[in-house]
Amino acid sequence: MQFMLLFSRQGKLRLQKWYVPLSDKEKKKITRELVQTVLARKPKMCSFLEWRDLKIVYKRYASLYFCCAIEDQDNELITLEIIHRYVELLDKYFGSVCELDIIFNFEKAYFILDEFLLGGEVQETSKKNVLKAIEQADLLQEKTETMYHSKIFIGFKKAY
Amino acid sequence: AKYISQCIDEIKQELKQDNIAVKANAVCKLTYLQMLGYDISWAAFNIIEVMSASKFTFKRIGYLAASQSFHEGTDVIMLTTNQIRKDLSSPSQYDTGVALTGLSCFVTPDLARDLANDIMTLMSHTKPYIRKKAVLIMYKVFLKYPESLRPAFPRLKEKLEDPDPGVQSAAVNVICELARRNPKNYLSLAPLFFKLMTSSTNNWVLIKIIKLFGALTPLEPRLGKKLIEPLTNLIHSVVLTTVLPGLSVAVLISLSSGMPNHSASIQVLTWLWRLSAVKYLGLLAMSKILKTHPKSVQSHKDLILQCLDDKDESIRLRALDLLYGMVSKKNLMEIVKKLMTHVDKAEGTTYRDELLTKIIDICSQSNYQYITNFEWYISILVELTRLEGTRHGHLIAAQMLDVAIRVKAIRKFAVSQMSALLDSAHLLASSTQRNGICEVLYAAAWICGEFSEHLQEPHHTLEAMLRPKVTTLPGHIQAVYVQNVVKLYANILQQKEQAGEAEGAQAVTQLMVDRLPQFVQSADLEVQERASCILQLVKHIQKLQAKDVPVAEEVSALFAGELNPVAPKAQKKVPVPEGLDLDAWINEPLSDSESEDERPRAVFHEEEQRRPKHRPSEADEEELARRREARKQEQANNPFYIKSSPSPQKRYQDTPGVEHIPVVQIDLSVPLKVPGLPMSDQYVRLEEERRHRQKLEKDKRRKKRKEKEKKGKRRHSSLPTESDEDIAPAQQVDIVTEEMPENALPSDEDDKDPNDPYRALDIDLDKPLADSEKLPVQKHRNAETSKSPEKDVPVVEKKSKKPKKKEKKHKEKERDKEKKREKEKKKSPKHKKKKHKKEKEERTKGKKKSKKQPLGSEEAAGEPVQNGAAEEEPLPVRGTSAPPPRTCDIRGSLQEDSQVTVAIVLENRSSSILKGMELSVLDSLNARMARPQGSSVHDGVPVPFQLPPGVSNEAQYVFTIQSIVMAQKLKGTLSFIAKNDEGATHEKLDFRLHFSCSSYLTTTPCYSDAFAKLLESGDLSMSSVKVDGIRMSFQNLLAKICFHHHFSVVERVDSCASMYSRSIQGHHICLLVKKGENSVSVDGKCSDSTLLSNLLEEMKATLAKC
Repeated sequence: MQFMLLFSRQGKLRLQKWYVPLSDKEKKKITRELVQTVLARKPKMCSFLEWRDLKIVYKRYASLYFCCAIEDQDNELITLEIIHRYVELLDKYFGSVCELDIIFNFEKAYFILDEFLLGGEVQETSKKNVLKAIEQADLLQEKTETMYHSKIFIGFKKAY
Repeated sequence: AKYISQCIDEIKQELKQDNIAVKANAVCKLTYLQMLGYDISWAAFNIIEVMSASKFTFKRIGYLAASQSFHEGTDVIMLTTNQIRKDLSSPSQYDTGVALTGLSCFVTPDLARDLANDIMTLMSHTKPYIRKKAVLIMYKVFLKYPESLRPAFPRLKEKLEDPDPGVQSAAVNVICELARRNPKNYLSLAPLFFKLMTSSTNNWVLIKIIKLFGALTPLEPRLGKKLIEPLTNLIHSVVLTTVLPGLSVAVLISLSSGMPNHSASIQVLTWLWRLSAVKYLGLLAMSKILKTHPKSVQSHKDLILQCLDDKDESIRLRALDLLYGMVSKKNLMEIVKKLMTHVDKAEGTTYRDELLTKIIDICSQSNYQYITNFEWYISILVELTRLEGTRHGHLIAAQMLDVAIRVKAIRKFAVSQMSALLDSAHLLASSTQRNGICEVLYAAAWICGEFSEHLQEPHHTLEAMLRPKVTTLPGHIQAVYVQNVVKLYANILQQKEQAGEAEGAQAVTQLMVDRLPQFVQSADLEVQERASCILQLVKHIQKLQAKDVPVAEEVSALFAGELNPVAPKAQKKVPVPEGLDLDAWINEPLSDSESEDERPRAVFHEEEQRRPKHRPSEADEEELARRREARKQEQANNPFYIKSSPSPQKRYQDTPGVEHIPVVQIDLSVPLKVPGLPMSDQYVRLEEERRHRQKLEKDKRRKKRKEKEKKGKRRHSSLPTESDEDIAPAQQVDIVTEEMPENALPSDEDDKDPNDPYRALDIDLDKPLADSEKLPVQKHRNAETSKSPEKDVPVVEKKSKKPKKKEKKHKEKERDKEKKREKEKKKSPKHKKKKHKKEKEERTKGKKKSKKQPLGSEEAAGEPVQNGAAEEEPLPVRGTSAPPPRTCDIRGSLQEDSQVTVAIVLENRSSSILKGMELSVLDSLNARMARPQGSSVHDGVPVPFQLPPGVSNEAQYVFTIQSIVMAQKLKGTLSFIAKNDEGATHEKLDFRLHFSCSSYLTTTPCYSDAFAKLLESGDLSMSSVKVDGIRMSFQNLLAKICFHHHFSVVERVDSCASMYSRSIQGHHICLLVKKGENSVSVDGKCSDSTLLSNLLEEMKATLAKC
């Protein structure tokens, strides 16, 4: 997979993940172009299109479009399945996910994606494992955070 | 925007603060802004700062920001190398994980090179979480740094059998992706994958494996057959579970391997077509099937044609692809007609262009095989020119030229069409988007000129070509115009002269003289040059005409000769004549000053002079002749003008089958020349009529049972059904195969795109690793590494001396010279019948072969240990069923100051094949085995060969020793797979490597005076040892010491001798050996007392055995 984009129906980008290094300019251009073409398509059309030498696989969930670019020999349906799996993961993590969840917790959404895909390949197919990894990492994060806070607190006390 | 810039200012403030939490927060914000399309590259350094935070919370954010915003051009990326390395080796799996994830997004060749080793270590991390990520990221690393593929591959292979399904699927993923680039290398893994496929229940993994097999089956047809059964099972189960990806892939593969069940799967496909998303895939699958089983798809033509009407462009394009493969002689016209209507309807130029190219592709495929009526094709092409704004003008033009040249019979028609085109050229040229389509005029002009003899009204066409409007065309087209005007002119001239119309001829000349100047003024150089040249020619002709000299012959002779199509590869195939060096300069290149000064000026002069000046008229006649001669000469020499010498490939009309097809009769009933631009539809009708008539005729013939005069193919084709072959082409199709130079080389090498990024991965994994390929290790800058190159030199010298000395000296002495010390024969328990073996024996390195024979006898004798350096270990056998017998001879040899090479001879004494051998040695503090880069201490080192029964081979391993003053023992295990008829068993063999102190000594000759000085210097410590009960002669004794302990004799007086040796680390060891009645005493002096005492101990042991 070359990259993954999430954008709203209004064409606002919500999440982007590039598995190929490109310059910002190119990224922007590609994004603009793709958002336009995908949004112009009617709901009944099929979710694959050929674009440049890539294949675009997209799917709409509520107001969000999930859009992946894959290479010629890659399998479209499995990409669709990947998108779906990612949505499931988000759903599980946030508990019935909505666009706002992704806007406000975009870094979490990225973390989940990173646990699920790595370098454009599926890393972990088990939903449970992905969520477990995320939860543990979160736990770790919280622990350090509380430790950090308590340290501040101690420092605070000492100042007195 | 204002708000955003305010925010960015705020963030900049926050980044300046020391508090890491604030910074992280700011970076987090930046990441969001970056997504919204704002440039945050200025903050790259801050991102790295946050990445290097010790707290996971911040590190996580830092890596996220990095993975989002870094790319190969980010220069600070180099700064991250160490940080990433540190995180990779962090004890917390999540730190490592997050670093790997980040790395996957911004890995650069440099990073890949530097970190490949670390990642490889992580591949055998204890946590599956890390292993999985490390395996996946290796793919990225391979892409960026292909050299790492070979060292990493064995490890990757191991991971296929990892206990954790996640790691396993990651490894499958990576290998699958790799295999797509170069499947050949991975063929050997097929059995493994086959096992995985049949045992795995994870659909994701299954799909990848099937995909991998898809890449492998073309290389190994047997695999396809083997796959049939599990795949059909899979298809059925998958259809039920409605995991569609599996289905589509499975179907694709099954067909590519030529399975019989494809008809069933097509049915499934068509059934699935109702769903829109799948429709696309169905088409895609079909096109794959088409390649292998064209027949089975053709029946679905209607369905596919329906898809052409689909709203969705990608579906339409897929369907178009399919059409390409489905045409036959019978349905070509029908299909193209359908496409033409689509062309008219289509909105959007890209789709229309696509249609256009497809039409041309379809028609021209495999040498116009399916076209029965070329008039129809020409008219299709002409119709296509009327499309607005297509970019494919040149394509159409090329087709026109191609057809006109290759199909002789069509030329007349083509010329008439083209002249009509030229006539209406203003339409084409004046249309607002004249971008591509005016290219057609290029073809039109050329055809009209070259085949001007077929023109009905050449004069008319000539005028059309000389219209002032023409000058608005692009330069290269004008140039063609000019050239062809002359051809036309020559033709007209000839006609007029034959008809005796001198006036008419003069009028044409006048026309030329009048109109040509407009080209002379062209801005395009080529046009200008041609026009002025021709203008002068015409003017000269005019003069001759005035004198009533017949000139037509001469003029038309200018253009004699026929053009043949030349295969695009022809140039390449012309063999380079011997003695011709294309790279050599013909003339020495001019120096810059010369060429700059003189060249341009000269050119200018020439041009200015030439144009106003007339050519000297008296020379003209000769000149013309000369030119003609020159042209002929040129043609004769030109490999592409094979005209005069019939080339073997030229098929022209000498194929009787084609020639005798009754063609003309039908054409007679139809007026050949369709006025104006004919519609291709007419031809469709005509064609149908024609076919109908043919059929009737045939029926009639059949009824009468009279075989008529039809010859060739026709005779055989009186079958009741009208097959493709029955449709006789309407024209005498004269498809000339493209010409090749006669001595063309038949090689059809596909030049690979050298820029293909994946080509680098095209590495033969079976080759053993070469030293140069080892991954660079991160080395500390210590003295050792810098010294090592120098140290190499003496070693090489020594080696080269060896053979000479050997010739002269006695065998015993040879041994002295050898560096090899250590050997060890492992006793190994044998297969039930076989006897125990336990002996060691020594061999000198250089004489491996000649000494092989003694090996057998020594073994039989069960000779006891000869060498103190060798050690005998009874081997505990772990494998129960069939412990595979083998012996290991371990010979150490010294190379550098701290490295010892151990050569292990493995001999297979069992009846099974041994493969997958791996040697793992438990490193001690002092001695370490040099392993391939990236492998950890606990990994085995693969033995680079397999052993069939009874074969022995030698593997060499390098050990690094730090201190040599003490003897070392290393424990090791050799694991291998023994395979025989009953199956394969995994076995292990434990052994010990004994590095004695003697093995660190190198035989160094020393002269007595130097020896004396050494002893006098006094900085040597002393020690002595005495052994009783020795009856051996002193001579033998010395030889033994020399051989086993690598000493050389400095001086010998009676029963007293001084000996010398040097260790690899430069210790001097001096010995004084005295033989008494029944005893030997050895006094030693050495710069290291420990070494000395150890050595003497060893010596004592050796002597005690005498």
